[in-house]
Amino acid sequence: MALTLTHARYQLLETFRIPMAVVGSAFFPAAAMLFFVVPFGGDHPVGATMATASMMAFAVMSTSLFTFGIGVAEDRAQPWDPYIRTLPAGPFPRFGGRVIAGFAVMGLSVLPVLAIAALLTEATVTPGGLLLGLAALALGSVPFTLMGLTIGYSLPSKAAIAVTQLVFFPMAFGGGLFTSPIDPPGFIETIAPFLPTRGVVELAWAAVGDHTPSAVSLAALAAWTLVAGLGAVHAYRRDEGARFS
Amino acid sequence: MTAEILARADGVTRRYGDVVALDDITLDVRAGELVGLLGPNGAGKSTLINLFTGLRRPTSGTVELFGGSPLDPARRRRVGMTPQDTGLPAALRVGECVDFVSAHFTTSVSRGALLERFGLSGLERRQIGGLSGGQKRRLAVALAFAGDPRLVFLDEPTTGLDVEARRTLWAGVRAFHEDGGTVLLTSHYLEEIEALARRVVVVGQGRVLADDSVEAVRGMAGVRRVSVTAADVPALPGVLGTERDGERVHLITSDADELVRELVRTGAPFSGLEVRLTSLEEAFLAITARRAA
Repeated sequence: MALTLTHARYQLLETFRIPMAVVGSAFFPAAAMLFFVVPFGGDHPVGATMATASMMAFAVMSTSLFTFGIGVAEDRAQPWDPYIRTLPAGPFPRFGGRVIAGFAVMGLSVLPVLAIAALLTEATVTPGGLLLGLAALALGSVPFTLMGLTIGYSLPSKAAIAVTQLVFFPMAFGGGLFTSPIDPPGFIETIAPFLPTRGVVELAWAAVGDHTPSAVSLAALAAWTLVAGLGAVHAYRRDEGARFS
Repeated sequence: MTAEILARADGVTRRYGDVVALDDITLDVRAGELVGLLGPNGAGKSTLINLFTGLRRPTSGTVELFGGSPLDPARRRRVGMTPQDTGLPAALRVGECVDFVSAHFTTSVSRGALLERFGLSGLERRQIGGLSGGQKRRLAVALAFAGDPRLVFLDEPTTGLDVEARRTLWAGVRAFHEDGGTVLLTSHYLEEIEALARRVVVVGQGRVLADDSVEAVRGMAGVRRVSVTAADVPALPGVLGTERDGERVHLITSDADELVRELVRTGAPFSGLEVRLTSLEEAFLAITARRAA
């Protein structure tokens, strides 16, 4: 366990030595808050609260996809990665360390969104609701982390960058993160329940407000998590096979 | 009494698709030995090290490390290995990198002493991305010793280093060996193997060509290359290897005088006779080519 924390610490150390990487993952959700939520729904307490939850879900999904999809693919391309595999530790410390470091970066990316919501909008939440919402987001990061790992362990880094973006865009927009939660455009209303983003954001909405998640969205979220989990395990095993066998 | 075997390959073959990287290799490394693995690029040296450090599995045969499978992390507790210097994490500082590697071992050496041994004192706070090529190389080699190992694998430790940096590094490796450490080092320079090792294993095209003392292998450095222009060269005794380069035929032999005498005696037409000393690598390549044929 101590070694897992050491791995997490060094991953974060490397991340923070190139601060733009952190700024990048925190920037888009914050910018989306400032450009979409504050001017168009900031003065409506319920709307602002739900939109804030959407933006936090957006921050979580984008950091999980990018940290793991691109980060893992880039690390695999470096000779340092096979070297670490020769050290007397199994694969878990590096893997666990990566997940912990990913969570930390994720936490940083939701902070600006929270700050903007508190200072510039009428969004309100009880302390219990906030904690529940954060828990929903932590849970919701799982399918995206697994998708990122699938991409990272199965593709070379250049392909991983492209594929991560290809996955990210429809997930964010199709899931309805950038449209009104109450009255979304028709096609989004049709596809959103089948995307994992929707399930995550519905859980967050339920945590912070008066919302009952739809069974379809939650079932879709569970199915995506399962499929992404199988994909990640398969990609990881195959990668070990390529290096170990 | 014979010393304990720390690493063993027994009838090991390793294929990558259709390419045979190692072909039935058998090799023991005993405690306290400093073994040089000598051979040209592509001979299978790195593949063998990757098998010993658990990065890859043999296609057939068995590889053992401290009496067990190298895939088991517990067997690698007293083993050190050098990463490729091109892959060191550029954003980390030298001291952090050493600490990170040390954290994986239950035993470790003092960071200051380690850096001093490899001429890196005073660089703890420097980011690795800002080090010179030679400093990165020395750091990469130093990392192999961070966990107070009994056995280290050094894959081409001094490639690309200038003479002085190479000597610093050699001194570090020697100091480890004098304290009872065991080393398996690969190189394609005989000079490097001579400077460090007592025992040399010559590999070529995935096979062990020679496993002998440095002195015995050094004797092969007296091998000569006899070149003639000839359409056809009859079979001659004492030829270690033959290479054809257009019209020129190069014959590798340990007795050039006898070879020339025999060549004249056969009456075969030839011109442009030339005899010169070969490099050891040329000799090995010729021997390797002959065995493969």
